[in-house]
Amino acid sequence: MANVLVFTELHDGHVKPVTLEILGKLAGQTADVAVIGDIAADQVAELAKHGAQNVHKLKGANLDKYSPEGYANALAEFIKSKSYDYVFAGATSMGKDLLPRLATKFDAGLASDVVNFTMDGGSFAGTRPLFAGKCLAKVEITGPKPHFVSIRPNALGMTANPTAGAGAAADVNANAGEIRAAIKEIIKAASTKVDLTEANIIVTGGRAMKNAENFQILEKLADTIGATVGASRAAVDSGFAPHSMQVGQTGKTVAPSLYIACGVSGAIQHLAGMRTSKVIVAINTDPDAPIFTRADYGIVGDLFQIVPILTEEFKKLLGK
Amino acid sequence: MDFALSSEQLEIRELALKFAKNEMIPHAQEYDEAGTFPHEIFRKAWELGLINTCIPAEYGGTGFSSVDSVIISEALAYGCMGMNTSFMANDLALLPIVIGGSHEQKKKFLEPFTQDFKIASFCLTEPGNGSDAGGIKTQIKDGGDHWIVSGEKMWITNAGYADLFVVYGTIDPNLKHKGISAIVVDPKSPGIELGKKEDKMGHRSSDTRGVRFNNVKVPKENMLGKPGEGWAIAMKTLDHSRPLVASSALGGSARALELCIQYSKERIQFGVPIAKHQAIQFMIAEMGMKVEAARLLVHKAAWLCDQGAHNTEIASYAKAFASDSCMQITTDAVQIYGGYGYSKEYPVEKLMRDAKLIQIYEGTSQIQRLVMARELLK
Amino acid sequence: MNIFVCVKQVPDTETKITPNGDGSFIETASIKWIMNPYDEFAVEQALLVKQANPAANVTVVRVGSVKDTEALRTAMAMGADEAVLVEAVDNLDSYSIAKALKGAIEKTGKKPDIILTGKQAIDDDALQVPQILAEMLNLPSVSVIVGFELAGNTVKVKREVEGGALEVYEVATPVLLAANKGLNTPRYASLPGIMKAKKKPMAQFSLADVGVSDADRRVKYSGFKLPPEKPAGKKFDATDATKQKDVVAQVVGLLRTEAKVI
Repeated sequence: MANVLVFTELHDGHVKPVTLEILGKLAGQTADVAVIGDIAADQVAELAKHGAQNVHKLKGANLDKYSPEGYANALAEFIKSKSYDYVFAGATSMGKDLLPRLATKFDAGLASDVVNFTMDGGSFAGTRPLFAGKCLAKVEITGPKPHFVSIRPNALGMTANPTAGAGAAADVNANAGEIRAAIKEIIKAASTKVDLTEANIIVTGGRAMKNAENFQILEKLADTIGATVGASRAAVDSGFAPHSMQVGQTGKTVAPSLYIACGVSGAIQHLAGMRTSKVIVAINTDPDAPIFTRADYGIVGDLFQIVPILTEEFKKLLGK
Repeated sequence: MDFALSSEQLEIRELALKFAKNEMIPHAQEYDEAGTFPHEIFRKAWELGLINTCIPAEYGGTGFSSVDSVIISEALAYGCMGMNTSFMANDLALLPIVIGGSHEQKKKFLEPFTQDFKIASFCLTEPGNGSDAGGIKTQIKDGGDHWIVSGEKMWITNAGYADLFVVYGTIDPNLKHKGISAIVVDPKSPGIELGKKEDKMGHRSSDTRGVRFNNVKVPKENMLGKPGEGWAIAMKTLDHSRPLVASSALGGSARALELCIQYSKERIQFGVPIAKHQAIQFMIAEMGMKVEAARLLVHKAAWLCDQGAHNTEIASYAKAFASDSCMQITTDAVQIYGGYGYSKEYPVEKLMRDAKLIQIYEGTSQIQRLVMARELLK
Repeated sequence: MNIFVCVKQVPDTETKITPNGDGSFIETASIKWIMNPYDEFAVEQALLVKQANPAANVTVVRVGSVKDTEALRTAMAMGADEAVLVEAVDNLDSYSIAKALKGAIEKTGKKPDIILTGKQAIDDDALQVPQILAEMLNLPSVSVIVGFELAGNTVKVKREVEGGALEVYEVATPVLLAANKGLNTPRYASLPGIMKAKKKPMAQFSLADVGVSDADRRVKYSGFKLPPEKPAGKKFDATDATKQKDVVAQVVGLLRTEAKVI
């Protein structure tokens, strides 16, 4: 059995779902959670329900905003005071930025973007996609402990009946140390939607969208089912959508539960970025479009006719 | 014996292919449909040094060999044969200056092309004289302190945008080949009338039109070589330009082959990708064989040219084989794509339309065979 | 001003990836190698800084196999002044690569003012080297940058985070910055640039020269395999307008009852 620390981020005060996925998968190990700043009691309860023994709230000056140095310094000091074998976190924007720096403070290894793992005998062995998902490989960590692991959101899934932990929350005095790169300002994105990489449902438009305005029909569908809208490289290159919306090898690699591809032909580089989606729905006029070879449910037809009907049918189903 | 390209040539090819894929292919269909001259794409290609590859280093050019030039031209034609016709027309027009011009003429006419983006046209063909270039009727008369050019040219690539014309005419039609002369003409000279843009089957983005010269005054120093040396200059130009034109066909063939390989693996019929059907495999095998054979001919013709060796026969093999096989390959590409191939939504019908012209211009496939026979039987 | 750009050579995005015989890595024999696409933005940013500060020196550094030095030559053809190559196997882990980059930078004897990298390499997709290198060199870092302004020795950068929000950082040099697509439009290497690149210096070191050994490996990969093929899905014809509603309703129903995702 291993001593594991799971670092969690909060989004609007809520624990990110990936933390709960990790905790569930860590059943059988001793798992603590660390959070920077305060966390509400109901969120501690949520963590406990999924298996957290202790919830360490790291509090100190200059930790109100994220900075790679401040967070890494604070967490490193805390981790050194304990004897964790492993430190886990979600492979989110923050996790990806923070963990390599944190691990290096211990000259330790980091397995990043892991999609599945085992802890046989308290020892980590993971699986992770490489080459944008064109390959899978087993990943192991050697060298000084603790070992660090980042987990791709939505990849593990929630454990149906998690084993609860004690959920004892306590403050920890933390020290951010010297911060040279600090956030001066945050420019909010136009969209308030969940990021593509964390989205549970994604609706993507391809070249067949014809222009940027037409993406509104996808937005309507997305609003109905709580999805985030993405775009294929062809659509981005044609100027229909910004690069931040691009799914694929040179865009974002996504793994939602439901992926709805509208007018996306399914170029190799696009498939590489979304192939790990659990369920794929494709709408395309060309019955031989390669996207249909990946689709669980393929609809051959004009997206401009199908998508509005789809939106209506979902509304009915969801009682909206 | 060494078939390998140098690391430099591989990089050059890589750059030209990247340019073709990023800047040409995404726009090729749209320019073709509207018949728009690819001015900005042309300029971008010039900025990267992909244009005017024939200009020697001493006049500010890249100093590329013929082999380098055909490598670039193949890659650009892979992007779009039509656009490449416009690009290549610069070289066709500047080559007579490189070959027949004096040091002063090269400095005066070539250097501006390396300093600024400029376009040139090669004015040889006339309404009544295509293959029979020796029968040129355009007259170049001595006007004392200047030459006077009068006559009509046809199918002139880039004519509507040109900053420089190289015009072939005769000082005396009775002298036949011995009267033919080449002269550099400023397209802004008084007396030049441009015809309307031809509405063509393919190469629709390249600008093609007639040019009429009505007693156009041209400075004496613009004559390339001596009067009557034009035919010799034209023949030497062809030794350089035929591999280049052949490489354009080769680029189109290579693109068709690549599209067919991709499509045949994706298109499912009778429950399997059509690439599993022997009928398709045979067509693709044939394409691959012809692309490779054409490339070997093109490279050899260019290499001989670089060695200063006689390449007339091989250059004609290259031009005829590359263009004829391009026609066959692109026709088969449409066949492999089936109904989709015939639709403008897919890229292969354009390739087929573009292929046809290369069998015609710069010496038809039939003229090439006459040249081959003459060389073989002499 | 000394600018370092760390580049990696990766298989072309269109390349088909197949595991090798013993699953220890991928088949590399027929791979076409290109500069990691995100590194192109890093190179371009360095060149933009150099354009504004002609005295700046841009050094590109790469750790990887020597059989093909495409990425370094491309960077120099784009305009970088010199290159450093550390010879290594293609599947080195992030920690070793970062340590080798650190060693290579130190070997040049130049003190870095700005180090630029791509935000990730599209081969192992580990997203680790920039931050590890920054920590090893005790430098501040900002990753996934889409905006860059240099004024004096302060860099203002925008980092893209979830949902497209931007974090604005102001950092004094020396600093390490990891570039994302959208930061700029990388220039092509021009033909004259390719010619000039031939004459630019390229230093070459072994891993041992830069102080890296097998003991520095932290992450081991094995059992490379292709992802499992999904079983064939269901396809519905909705080209007939009168059938569209029924088809869509059926699919929506299946998403709930069969796929259980709604």
